[in-house]
Parts: sequence; C-alpha cells; structure tokens
Amino acid sequence: MILPPVAAETAPHERAEAAAPMITFEGVTKRFGEGTEAFTALDGIDMTVNRGAIAGIIGRSGAGKSTLIRLVNGLEKATSGQVVVDGTEVGGLNDAGLRGLRREVAMIFQHFNLLSSRTAFDNVALPLEIAGLDRKAIRAKVGPLLDLVGLGDKATRYPSELSGGQKQRVGIARALATSPKLLLSDEATSALDPETTQSILALLKQINAELGLTVLLITHEMEVIKTIASHVAVIDKGRIVEQGPTFDVFTAPQHETTRILLSSTLGTSLPEWLRSGLKAEPAAGDRILVRLTFFGATAFQPLTARLVTEIGGDVNILAGAIEEIAGEPFGTLVVSYPASPEILDRANRFYAETGLSTEVLGYVA
Amino acid sequence: MSPEMLFGLLWKSLLQTLHMVAVSGLIGSLIGLPIGVFLATSGKGELFPAPKLNYAIGLIVNAARSTPFIILVVAIIPFTRLLTGTSIGTTAAIVPLTIATIPFFSRLVEAAIREIDKGLIEAARAMGATPMQIVFKVLLAEARPAILLAFTMTIVSLIGYSAMVGAVGGGGLGDLGIRYGYQRFMPDVMLAVVIVLIVLVQLVQSAGDALARRFDKRNRKS
Repeated sequence: MILPPVAAETAPHERAEAAAPMITFEGVTKRFGEGTEAFTALDGIDMTVNRGAIAGIIGRSGAGKSTLIRLVNGLEKATSGQVVVDGTEVGGLNDAGLRGLRREVAMIFQHFNLLSSRTAFDNVALPLEIAGLDRKAIRAKVGPLLDLVGLGDKATRYPSELSGGQKQRVGIARALATSPKLLLSDEATSALDPETTQSILALLKQINAELGLTVLLITHEMEVIKTIASHVAVIDKGRIVEQGPTFDVFTAPQHETTRILLSSTLGTSLPEWLRSGLKAEPAAGDRILVRLTFFGATAFQPLTARLVTEIGGDVNILAGAIEEIAGEPFGTLVVSYPASPEILDRANRFYAETGLSTEVLGYVA
Repeated sequence: MSPEMLFGLLWKSLLQTLHMVAVSGLIGSLIGLPIGVFLATSGKGELFPAPKLNYAIGLIVNAARSTPFIILVVAIIPFTRLLTGTSIGTTAAIVPLTIATIPFFSRLVEAAIREIDKGLIEAARAMGATPMQIVFKVLLAEARPAILLAFTMTIVSLIGYSAMVGAVGGGGLGDLGIRYGYQRFMPDVMLAVVIVLIVLVQLVQSAGDALARRFDKRNRKS
C-alpha cells in the first residue's frame, strides 16, 4: 500500500482557521430543575466551531452532548453563558428569531424523525412548506435533493418502506432543503450498522466539501469522529475535558475519558490473554511489552523491519493496527522482546534515533 | 305484528338513530377534536403550555365522562330547551348525545396524539415550525389513522347511547326495542332490533377500520 505524503495537503481545519467561527460557546452552563433536585448538565463550556469545519463532540451517554447540541438551535436555553451562531446570540432571540435561525441551522437525528404519513418526497418538502414556499418552488427543490442523497428513485416511498440508511438519507435531504449554513447531527449514525454508517459519513463529508456546510456532530462512537471530524471535543460529566484537532487528540490523548473512549477503536487495547499476564516489574528472563506509535514522519518508514534488525531476531509482534484519523495515517504496534539490559539499551537507542513514540506496557514471563 | 308493520317501524327507527348519531357524532367530534389537541399539547413544557387550563379542562372532561348518560340526558333538559326550543323528540336528543361525545372523543384524540413520537415534534421545531404548523402538519397528520379509529369508536358508542334517549322521546332503534320488544313483550321485534344494531355496528367498524388502514403508512412493506 502506498500512503500519500503527509504534508502534501493542508488539513481541512487549517484552511478554515482564518474566517470568523460559525459557533462559539462562552462559559455555557445548563442546569435542569431547581433547588435540591437541580442537575447541572453542562458546566462552563468554552468551544468554537470554525466555518466550513466538521467538528465532533464525543462523550458517553449522559455526558451532556445532546443538551450541548440543542443549545445551538435553541431547542434548549443556556442557564448562563453565551452561544453565538454566525454572529447571533441564540439566547437573546425571541420565538420568531429562533424560527428564522432554525431555517439556517438544520438538524438530523439518531432515529431519523421522519413523518410516517409522508412519502420521502413530502418529508423533504416539509421544511419548505413550513417556510411558506409554494408547491412549484418545493417541487423544484426536492427532486435535486433526493438525487443528491442517492434516493432519486425512492421519492414516492414511505419511511416504512425504506432501510435505516435510506431513512437517514431522507433526513439529510430534508435538513438541506432550506439551504442551511450549519448542520447539527445528533447521533445520526448510532442506529445504523457499520457499513451504512460509513456511507452516511461519506455523504456528510461530500456535503461539507461541496456545499461548504459547517457540520457539528455529537456521537459516542470514536469511529465517527475518526472518519470525518477535523476537530473534536471530549465531554464528560458536563465538562469539556479535552479538545483540539482530531489527529492530535487521538494520537496523544491527555485525559482518561479520551483514552477509554479511544481504546476500543484504535486497536490500542491489549487482548485479554496478554493483559491478564502483565506484570509491572520484570523478573529474570521476562520479556518487555512495548507499544510503538507511528504517526507523522514515522508512519512512512520501514521501522518495524529495522527494529527487528537492531534488536535481533527475538521480536514478537502481538497486536497492531493502522488507522486513518482525520485523513492522516496512524499506526500502533505492540511488540515484545527479552528484557535483558543490552537489548533494552539497543532498543532505546533505536527509538531515540528514529523519534518513535513508545510506551512500556509491562512485562510478561 | 305484520312483517310490513315491523319493517316500517324498523326503517323509521333506523333513520332516527342514523340522524341522531350522525349529527351528534359530527358536531361532537368537531368540538372534541380541538379540545383533545389542547389536552395533548398544553402540559408543562409542551407546545402550548397552559398546565392550569389543561387541568381545569381535564376535570370538566372527567366529570362529563363519569356522569351516567341517562342522568346527563335529564340534567341538561333546560339547556336542551334553550338550544332547540323543545326537550323531547329526536332533535332534542341530539343535544345530550353531542355533549356526551365531546369529552369521549377528546380523550381519545388526546391519547392518539400523545402516541406520536416526541422526536417528530422536536424535528419540526428544529425546522422552525410554529406550534400551529406542528399541530396541523405533524400531529394531526401523523395521528390521522388513530383519530379515524377514535371516531369509529365514538360512533359505535353513540349508537349504544342513542338507545337511551327514548327516555326523552328521541326514538331510534333502542327505543323501539324497549317499547315493543320489552314493554309489550314482542320478542320478534327485540330480535329484529338487535340484529339491525349488530349489522349497523359491524358496518361502521369495518368502514372505520378500512379508512384508518388506508391512511396508516407505518407498516408498509415494499
């Protein structure tokens, strides 16, 4: 496999950096209930989403991400702090102002939320009817949108006749109907199988690129973030514990929650049979377990073969994966070799020389 | 009783029943529908939040529903007279039948609307829909099969209720059954009335089911 050179193209987030942000959260707090029953869903959220970016918010269920995304289109109101969308402070809008905002900020949902009584065509037409367009104008818009999401031949079908992926495509076409500038995705792929998820994510990526639509998505699946988000914020118990370019957050997670969320996707978790035999201190004749991480410059060099040559033939590869995060390659490899002083010495010299990032996991007999 | 006479009585009574049921069913449902929508959407944090009014209307609806129909018929005689100028006869009977329909149908409509996935309301709000647009484009459209079934159920109940308005000279099939079949001990009349009622209810139910099925797109398979 030939991987593209890493620096040939600027990452999407770097291109978008210059313009004013699409969304800004400033010290946003959201509390539900009052007195002793009060529950703080969000606590001091500061975050920006750049124009034209695909930004992700990831967290476990109950972390507050659903509330956070609903602050953007005013379905929830912040208790304190400001949510600014394209220069407008959402909390300061009256009902009519909110309805205007919502025509420019569309949303897609985990369970699609299509009207069962309407065909695919009429579901896509709904936001246009709400906006007061006439029949003719609606017809002119809906057809091309269904074509865009690949459902041109399903216009007269009812949701019950469509698969999950097709329903979400209708949901996306419906969201695009009013030509929004921002798309909010509320766990849009969580009810779909992995293959359909990938096709929906590819569609979102395509829309982002072709229409220049900013996308803010929430998910509990790292896979989703890894595939399309240029920036990510990790939310836990109502606070953002870590945020930044997806590649940086994924390759060097700072917070425990991020590591836990990552371990299941990045092939960085050890197989059970290895983990159970792991010791913190070596005994005589033990082998050391090291995790090697390849990214940036080290991702393209034949380092594994050199490692074997440097250390000697006794290197064992135990686990590994090569992934693509936000369009950049990222590999991990768990290897073991004898924990004798001279071999450790040679290995460490090799790591220092090549700039490989390593982590000692422990020792096995 | 000769078959001709029996047929004549049955026909006249059937028309009276149909008249009473159709008029009270239609008017009662037209009034009950918005009340049902209001009951389903005026709770705390809902589309038209007015929890106190919701509670008050709920109380009135419950009171009307727990009043036995025959007592309602007698109790509202002054109101009936005010409205129709008389307190006896088929037209007069329509008033209590309508009054009884309103709370019955509105509770059924409320249940039908509460069945709708809250996600649809949220999606419509997220599109910038006004509460009224949500009612007409989402709630009533999605609840249409259930509301048609509720209407069918209301009509069937009304056919039963209409048997009691003989007490105020409303006439109809039930009245025929009681006066001839029971009081004059004519089992053939009673049997004929019961058979006509069974057929009538069957027809109404089948028509309602068919209509509801036609509008229900939830379980279509390609």
